[in-house]
Amino acid sequence: MNVETPPPLVFRTRALAKVYRTGEVEVHALRGVDFEACAGEFVVLLGPSGSGKSTFLNIIGGLDRPTSGEAWFQDHDLSRSSDAALTAYRRDHVGFVFQFYNLVPSLSARENVRLVTEIARHPMRPEEALDIVGLGDRMDHFPAQLSGGEQQRVAIARAIAKRPEVLLCDEPTGALDSKTGVKVLDALTRVNESFGATTLVITHNAGIAAIAHRVVRFADGRIQAVETNAARLRPEEVTW
Amino acid sequence: MTSALDRKLLRDLVRLWPQALAIALVMAAGVATLILGVGAHASLSETRAAYYERNRFSDVFASVTRAPERIAARIAEIDGVGAVETRVGKIALLDLSEMPEPASAIFVSLPDLGEQTLDLITLRSGRTPLPGATREVVVSEPFAQAHGYEIGSTFSAILNGVKRELTIVGTALSPEFVYALGPWDLMPDDRRFGVVWMSRAALAAAYDLEGAFSDLRVRLLRGASESAVIEEIDRILAPYGGEGAHGRKDQLSHAFLDAELTQLQAMSRILPPIFLVVAAFLVNMTLARLITLEREQIGLLKALGYSNLAVGMHYLKFVAAIALIGAALGSAAGTWLGTGLTRMYGDFFHFPFLIFQMSPSVYLVAVGVTLAAAIVGALKAATGVVRLAPAVAMTPPAPARYRRTLLDRLHAALRMPQSAVMTMRHLVRYPARSLGGLVGIALATSILVGSFWSFGSIEFMIDVTFQRSDRQDATITFVGEREASAVQEIARLPGVMAAEPYRSVPVKIRAANVERRAAITGKPDDPDLSRVLGSDLAPVHMPETGLALSDQLAAILRVETGDVVEVELMAGDRRTVTMPVAMVVEGYLGLMAYADIGTVNRLMREGALVSGVHLSLDETRREALFAELKAIPAASFVALQRVSLAKFRETLAQNLLTMVSIYAGLAAIIAFGVVYNFARISLSEQGRELASLRVLGFTKAEISWILLSELAILVLLAQPLGWLIGYGFAVAMAAGFESELYRVPLVVNREVYAWASLVVVGAALVSGLIVRRRIDRLDLIAVLKTRE
Repeated sequence: MNVETPPPLVFRTRALAKVYRTGEVEVHALRGVDFEACAGEFVVLLGPSGSGKSTFLNIIGGLDRPTSGEAWFQDHDLSRSSDAALTAYRRDHVGFVFQFYNLVPSLSARENVRLVTEIARHPMRPEEALDIVGLGDRMDHFPAQLSGGEQQRVAIARAIAKRPEVLLCDEPTGALDSKTGVKVLDALTRVNESFGATTLVITHNAGIAAIAHRVVRFADGRIQAVETNAARLRPEEVTW
Repeated sequence: MTSALDRKLLRDLVRLWPQALAIALVMAAGVATLILGVGAHASLSETRAAYYERNRFSDVFASVTRAPERIAARIAEIDGVGAVETRVGKIALLDLSEMPEPASAIFVSLPDLGEQTLDLITLRSGRTPLPGATREVVVSEPFAQAHGYEIGSTFSAILNGVKRELTIVGTALSPEFVYALGPWDLMPDDRRFGVVWMSRAALAAAYDLEGAFSDLRVRLLRGASESAVIEEIDRILAPYGGEGAHGRKDQLSHAFLDAELTQLQAMSRILPPIFLVVAAFLVNMTLARLITLEREQIGLLKALGYSNLAVGMHYLKFVAAIALIGAALGSAAGTWLGTGLTRMYGDFFHFPFLIFQMSPSVYLVAVGVTLAAAIVGALKAATGVVRLAPAVAMTPPAPARYRRTLLDRLHAALRMPQSAVMTMRHLVRYPARSLGGLVGIALATSILVGSFWSFGSIEFMIDVTFQRSDRQDATITFVGEREASAVQEIARLPGVMAAEPYRSVPVKIRAANVERRAAITGKPDDPDLSRVLGSDLAPVHMPETGLALSDQLAAILRVETGDVVEVELMAGDRRTVTMPVAMVVEGYLGLMAYADIGTVNRLMREGALVSGVHLSLDETRREALFAELKAIPAASFVALQRVSLAKFRETLAQNLLTMVSIYAGLAAIIAFGVVYNFARISLSEQGRELASLRVLGFTKAEISWILLSELAILVLLAQPLGWLIGYGFAVAMAAGFESELYRVPLVVNREVYAWASLVVVGAALVSGLIVRRRIDRLDLIAVLKTRE
């Protein structure tokens, strides 16, 4: 018998809300978000600036806490976790990729990856991670000696080297031209396919959406629409 | 209405208040040290000069056994002599009913006819004795205060062997007894030694000196040659038992006062400039880094259309505001501390008045140097940033370029974690910044070493002087010389366990053209109580022939063992002889020359005489001994070494401790200021990097360690350098302290280094904790949103 069991849920949020108070102004960044993601899924979060997608990513990444509602990673209740528990969560389960790479300038590519493998539980070798993103020959270069795309791929290598269950990317191609951006997306999809890491990618570039299993559109702090791509495009097939 | 830029200035100051305050405090410490040190010294010097002038302090002093009054006229005729006063002056034992231990006083005559012309006393209460009144006396005010005497109080004294009851009719101060020191005492003890002024006729009658004098005071005309006058006075007084005239340099009170002021000056000339330079350096470094962090703001201001000049002025104002706060705090604290210190010393010296000399130039220098350092630091950083195109300035600096270095092999070999590699590379990548921090922290340690060392040195001096050298419990000084049998008489007194005689002869010692007044002290061959120490601090035998000179005297005369010196006896037949220098010995106090007591007696050709006797006492029978001693007409003064030591420590505790505590406190402020600012600015510089690591899953403790380990490495590396520089400061200060009266041995023991480092490490820990709290509050999300 070959019954396909649905892949287990990795993320689950219920009525997730976030209110920022700056002085007397209240900003409702999230107004009740219900969301689920399965293991190995590749999800693109689309939406204009201020639509709440980054706030959402920060909360499920353990960087911020919701004002109300629930956010679960597997059986971890992220909305009620202590600072230390969130740190452990990020350390053990989450790989982050940011728009501006956030590499340590004083460490070479290999050392930036090693920074994470030293504190991870079942890491791969830094060289292996850099090979995956196609930087096997530039491992001993410092960030200042690498192009923007290369720096971002180092950041991806750093994110995947711990073999994370989830890979969270906030505008990973935002600072890159399309040719370089494709290489970065290619690296992300390969990691997603070969390791099965649930991958959430924020972008406001609708063209990228075609490479995802699922596209979630954010607007005004809510999920406006969810689309499933029947057929995914390869990264090299998209342009912007 | 204030401009928007000025508002930004005020808000920036408020936002950065802990750092601004730390910088201002460092500046304040530098400014305060200079003002207080220079101010206290200038005030006390000025006060002394005015006191000497108003009270017509003499220039030349001479003692004789007995000279007829008419001689005074001959001395007045000497070329260069402006005024002459003769008088009777004798040291005598007192018998004070309320005090078991013997006390002494120097009895000085006041003219019965007319006013004093020299060394005028300043009456503090009451009146002067009536002419010829045999029982009326004026006593020195500190002595009266120490005993609770008032006008009308009475006490007894043994004048020339006769006990008399005296009534106090007044209290006074005199410029010649600012530092009222008894023989064999180290510090003035107002309980055991006082000054008593009496009618000339009454005192002369008591000592059979009618129509004669025993003391001569001379004031010189401006431009007169002191040495020529002294030579002439000596010639005239020689037949009357003159012990050799001397200038102010050898006047006991003046010499000690001078030594104290020299010490104060050394403190104010050496430490404050160091403090000021250190503070200036730190302010410069810190502000330069602070402004570099403002890069984006500067770019923005320029993009909005502000000129380079306007932007530059804005940051200069920012720095000037901090500098002015620091200068104001420092000036206020310096004035307050300086006034307090002047008062403290003024009380100690019993000056009848104080002149506060806070010269504006000191303030100008102190404030000017700090302000200049701050502005130069700010300019250096601001010009660098202002030169950038606004668009470039608004973006943060490009990632710093790192290269592989030899250190990398070390990292690999040691399998260092990447966080440690980050720390190491960061330190090496910015050598100027790391070196600046290192030197700053080292300087903080060094000024603490420079402040603390004197405690250990003085303890060492006390140990050498009182435990190894002068181990006697008491020393009796006789009135004139006595037969050696007097020693046996003293030894038989109750409670005396050992008695050791000494013979002291005033001399002038010459080598080549250098001459010093000194006393040759004759001691038994192998003294047990009052011992002489060799350069290895082990007791030495008295040389069979020749002299043992203290190293300081030998250095001044530029002689060594085996050389000969010319010795002019200032007593007895006043011959001049040549004597070999048999050895050079250790001595911190005064210019000392020692010889075998037999040698001294042969030299004087007066038979076996003694000047006094050192005693070892049975403490349980002190009272009985003191009762007997008070009645011994032969003794003029009884020194109690243990009491001296207690007094010495007490006075040191008051003066030096206060002084050093102030400096140490200011040094600690500087230490804290340096370390705190270094840590705080490092956090600003690396905040983004550290927040990224937090996002990656590093704990607060782990990233705190990355930042603080850098600080820890610098603090630790800085310590040996700080010790070395501090030792240099101590050498400079010891040289500055040195006077012919005493020398502070340069002993910088391990405790000094340990304490200095402890204070700096403590300051670093506190700064680390404060910075750690800021690390805990790092905004993880904001850092991801901003471009690097």
